[in-house]
Amino acid sequence: MIALKLAFRNLLGAGLRTWLNVTVLSFAFVVIIFYNGMLNGWDRQGKRDTQAWEVGQGQLWHPTYDKYDVFSIQDAHGLMETREKQLAVEGKLTPILIAQGTAYPEGRMQGVLLKGIDPEQKILKIPSHLLKQTATAADDATATDGATEVDVHYAIDVHHAIIGKRMAKSLKVGEGDQMLIRWRDKNGTFDALEVKIVAVFKSDVPSIDNGQMYLSLQTLQQMMDMPGEATILVSGTEEINGNLGNWVFKDLDFLFTELDEIILSKRAGSMIMQSTLLLIALLAIFDTQILSIFRRQKEIGTYIALGMTRAQVVGIFTVEGGAHSILAALVGAVYGIPLFMWLAAKGITFGVDDMGITMAETIFPYYSLGLIAFTTLFVIAAATIVSYIPARRISKMNPTDALRGKVN
Amino acid sequence: MKTIITIIALLVGLTGNAQDAKTILQKVDDNMSSKNRVFESTMVIHGKRNSRTITSRSYSEGEKQSFTEYLSPAREQGTKMLKVNDQLWIYSPSTDRTIQISGHMLRQSVMGSDLSYEDMMEDRKLTEVYEPKVTGEETIEGRKAYVLELTALVSDLAYHKRKMWIDTERFVPVKEELYAKSGQLLKQTTLSDVQQIQGRWFPTSIVFKDMLKDGKGTEFKMTNIKFNQDIPAYIFTKAALKK
Repeated sequence: MIALKLAFRNLLGAGLRTWLNVTVLSFAFVVIIFYNGMLNGWDRQGKRDTQAWEVGQGQLWHPTYDKYDVFSIQDAHGLMETREKQLAVEGKLTPILIAQGTAYPEGRMQGVLLKGIDPEQKILKIPSHLLKQTATAADDATATDGATEVDVHYAIDVHHAIIGKRMAKSLKVGEGDQMLIRWRDKNGTFDALEVKIVAVFKSDVPSIDNGQMYLSLQTLQQMMDMPGEATILVSGTEEINGNLGNWVFKDLDFLFTELDEIILSKRAGSMIMQSTLLLIALLAIFDTQILSIFRRQKEIGTYIALGMTRAQVVGIFTVEGGAHSILAALVGAVYGIPLFMWLAAKGITFGVDDMGITMAETIFPYYSLGLIAFTTLFVIAAATIVSYIPARRISKMNPTDALRGKVN
Repeated sequence: MKTIITIIALLVGLTGNAQDAKTILQKVDDNMSSKNRVFESTMVIHGKRNSRTITSRSYSEGEKQSFTEYLSPAREQGTKMLKVNDQLWIYSPSTDRTIQISGHMLRQSVMGSDLSYEDMMEDRKLTEVYEPKVTGEETIEGRKAYVLELTALVSDLAYHKRKMWIDTERFVPVKEELYAKSGQLLKQTTLSDVQQIQGRWFPTSIVFKDMLKDGKGTEFKMTNIKFNQDIPAYIFTKAALKK
């Protein structure tokens, strides 16, 4: 306790030198917490958005489907069995059929991934209800024209489609624009139809947007001549946590792998900056300690003369150095807490909204208690170690020489 | 009685028409198909800003096997393409690698032209896979032509419907339109410079046009065509790609 009291008294007595050290260290403190808070915020938002827009509570993939292998799409489609159909009716999962096609906006040619989604689905945030008109019209066409199920899609002149903002930018089209799409059905026969972009949605998840066009599930099934088939089933409930028939279950850990890896690499990258900053602050403490021990030899000798052991004196100096970090935490809290609270409320908006990775335009940092506690303990421990290293010299000092102020 | 006679007459007419169409198509197949064929060709690809000319030498055996070696420009020189049945390989001299074109890649354009790799994979005779019907006669480039509508007999064809204009005297196609299942016109081919080579009429100039895409299309001109030659068997092997 005496050591702590003495340490703080000495520190405050050192005046400007202490406050300079404390300010630098507090800055390192705040930056470390801020940066990690940003990454945590990005991680949380990214996962929330990915769940809401793409993966739900997990996905069931057709056995041959591979998200990263475009060649797998051609054969990755299968019939939904009674159980899957029932779950879809109950709103617990929603089927998506994926096919390849080509879009021709104003005579240009661009490859496009056609995705059929149920207009009634509520699991994903994709505004599929806007495709409803197409599905209803198709139903009507079946009823009135008596056309076969496969040919129903020809009954509508222009099919409704929705695309994301990135796709709209890439196709150079907007809401209300029409274009021709061409595809090959399951037999490889070319087919082409006119589609109208009824909505351009805005999502932070580029993997459901880039190069993709959404049509009503029923329409795409008919276009591909694959009635009742799907490529993936998106689960909307935690009840589904294993394979369903042939459908292979992919859990959230698997589906978040990409995002986790990006965040991990960013975290590793940020470590360099954080370590540099911390190193500068710790170097300042180290220098201060060396200087203290050199200039305060008479004081050290007095402590020993008064009956303190060398270890106790080393303790006083170590605590004194380490106390910089406690003061830094307090100073950091003075300007850091309001700053963090303001940032958490307002968020930080990044100008570039399309970097090809799941990232919200505005990121709201998230500071967990664990993050703050860990950072505090880490900085205190680092500062204490750095203070202890020069203080070890005290134990080698001759007390009488120290009292006289002689340098060893 | 009059009605029955009319129906019989119509039926006879229709059957006759169908036979005619088949005969016409058979004559076209006879003209266009051969045991094998060797030719040099020039492909002019019209881009947005400029045009590129690619020359090549091709060998083909029936409809199933073909081998093409690109001769110019320097960038494409030495590139070779081999098709055997339903498989397609491309050899690139710059990388000294042979890659197989399959699945999605087949849909890509051949060197930026209006032709896709899968267009080159079509290898069945029209008479085998389409039901032809004569729908009329028209004059194309000053020559009388039958208008034939071909509807797919099998489900695994790239084009559900084709429309062909066949020269009434020479029995070679002078124009062809390829349609999607929905009836949308997808591609148009115009054939000209019909020459008599080794006793058969053969169009030596073809313009391919992707009708959904802007642009002038791709011109394909064949020179030095020789039919029924002795082509060594190794030409149609993967080993020939690296030679």
